[in-house]
Amino acid sequence: MATLTVHGVPKSFGKVAVLHGIDLSVADGEMIVIVGASGCGKSTLLRIVAGLETATEGRIVISGADVTRLEPAERDIAMVFQNYALYPHMSVFENMSYGLRIRGVPKPEIARRVQQAAEMLGLGALLQRRPRELSGGQRQRVAMGRAIVREPKLFLFDEPLSNLDAKLRVAMRAEIKRLQRRLGVTSLFVTHDQVEAMTLGDRLVVMNQGRAAQVATPMEIFARPADTYVAGFIGSPAMNFLPATLTEGGLGARIADGPVIRFADGPRPGMAGRALTLGIRPEHFALGGPLPLTPDLIEPLGSETVVHGRLPSGQEVTLRLAGMPASLGTLEIGIRAEHLHVFDGETGLRMDAQPAAALTPAWQGG
Amino acid sequence: MRKKVIFPQVGLPYLLLLPQLAITFVFFFLPAGQAIWFSFLRQDAFGIRTEFVGLENFVELFQDPLYLDSVWITLVFSFWVTALAMSVALGLAVLADRHIRGATAYKTLLIWPYAIAPAVAAVLWIFIFHPQIGLLGKFLNGIGVRWDYKLNGTQALITVIVASAWKQVSYNFLFFLAGLQSIPRSVLEAAAIDGASPARRFWTVVFPLLSPTTFFLLVINLTYAFFDTFGVIDALTKGGPAKATSTLIYRAYIDGRVNLDLGSSSAQSVVLMLAVIALTAVQFRFIERKVHY
Ligand SMILES: Nc1ncnc2c1ncn2[C@@H]1O[C@H](COP(=O)(O)OP(=O)(O)OP(=O)(O)O)[C@@H](O)[C@H]1O
Ligand SMILES: [Mg+2]
Repeated sequence: MATLTVHGVPKSFGKVAVLHGIDLSVADGEMIVIVGASGCGKSTLLRIVAGLETATEGRIVISGADVTRLEPAERDIAMVFQNYALYPHMSVFENMSYGLRIRGVPKPEIARRVQQAAEMLGLGALLQRRPRELSGGQRQRVAMGRAIVREPKLFLFDEPLSNLDAKLRVAMRAEIKRLQRRLGVTSLFVTHDQVEAMTLGDRLVVMNQGRAAQVATPMEIFARPADTYVAGFIGSPAMNFLPATLTEGGLGARIADGPVIRFADGPRPGMAGRALTLGIRPEHFALGGPLPLTPDLIEPLGSETVVHGRLPSGQEVTLRLAGMPASLGTLEIGIRAEHLHVFDGETGLRMDAQPAAALTPAWQGG
Repeated sequence: MRKKVIFPQVGLPYLLLLPQLAITFVFFFLPAGQAIWFSFLRQDAFGIRTEFVGLENFVELFQDPLYLDSVWITLVFSFWVTALAMSVALGLAVLADRHIRGATAYKTLLIWPYAIAPAVAAVLWIFIFHPQIGLLGKFLNGIGVRWDYKLNGTQALITVIVASAWKQVSYNFLFFLAGLQSIPRSVLEAAAIDGASPARRFWTVVFPLLSPTTFFLLVINLTYAFFDTFGVIDALTKGGPAKATSTLIYRAYIDGRVNLDLGSSSAQSVVLMLAVIALTAVQFRFIERKVHY
């Protein structure tokens, strides 16, 4: 099928820089999910790959061929739009076959492909209907069908599920995943829904204000987020961030107005007193520990309980506990140090543990 | 289900409708009724005796070769005015739609012809088409085309067609532009990704999606060409030369006001009235059924 490489693509609309040099390399048959907050440039990136916007600089390479200067029609890609963008005056059959008719595919071949895609998507009985006679989910599937019959090198999805209700969304999500596996078409999928991102993607691109903050597998992103933005974006409820400072020897962190937490995985570089941000997911707190938490909102969810509260420093904290806490007064909580994420207090970048041996000379020298 | 407003008194709704009805009655039904009545009468040359002649005015009308000529001229005239006004407007609207940034200035400029009185517009066209002082007229005569719309019937017809179409372009342009802008951008992008060239996109996506606008404008333009071009024709050619530009509306006026043939003029008015009613009926019928895709 095809590979896709995006080489340092920036994009500005007039004076407004929307993308700041995106690099991305997609393997054959891979499904990449681009996720990020609204307005971070996800659609813009997708539209540049599609050829609907021209990149300010950089190159787009599909299967080794530079397509940067090519029209959308010449790139052999298919796109599913957020609003589906079906042709309102054409029947479902005509919608799905439009691209094939333009390419001059023989009639019997068109009929065969459309029939096949329609069956795959459960649209067989609807081929003669107009888009306005279809439900949202059916329109979504027609849009998928229109992309599938083309048998393109690349699928581009721009939030195709965001107009569907929650139940249909889950169903279509699974369907898209299955289809993509089966057809093996290299795909880019844009969403701002982290569950969609985690479940669909072979790899995720987490975008933040026109930059790719991290490109990695979903589990990697969950377990080792590259910076505080990614850490806060993936996971629900969101990760807690506590300001802290590095202790002597880089062996632990002192939480502002609070106790010292010793790193479980090894020391971090830097002088004592270096500003840090500690990241801890709500499920990674334990009852019984050095931090007194005053709960101000408790959300029992049955098998677990989400507790929102404050530390003595005024810092807000959310935690997720199995079952229901015995008392609803002040809770003594602790941090499970093996799940602690350490970020630089200024840049927000992840700080990984360094092998102790590598650190020692620097410390002695300093 | 239509929402019904309940009035306590039976008379109030009618009272509220009265001013509107009175105006319609005085300015439309009264003269229209009079025209219908006159169309069944004939006066002698001095306007002294009037007799009831039934449908004779109509029979005579449709046996009059000059009247049939007028019908033909009107059809040719209306066809070309409509075709020209609509195609030029569509072309301009497509251009404006592409470069929507400058469109406000562009739109304002294009609106002007619509705001200009027919007589003023006609003077403008005289400055263009006049064989001696007109820009184009002088030029054509200069390169050897014998151009004089005051002598040549075909040239006269071309002149009034161009002038009439020009006045209608702005109106059509606005509707076409609004129509184009209501086509979702993403639908056109989808077509581009599907591999359609710009021309193909226009004919297979844009044009079909514009069809409600196009149909609406078709009726409006035909109505305009039929009934609203009196001013342009009167100012430019006075129906001449040799009645070459005498459309039905112009003829009805000449026969009534100048030749004082009230019977025939009324019969012509009735025919025109029927034409308007037919056009309007077609329009309502299609708009109700929505000429939508
Ligand atoms: N044609 C344009 N002209 C000017 N600015 C634009 C244009 N298109 C997008 N932008 C700006 O670029 C930024 C990124 O837009 P983009 O549509 O890529 O966001 P997105 O990540 O897809 O957001 P969403 O999740 O809301 O769809 C936004 O700030 C937007 O205002
Ligand atoms: Mg978007």
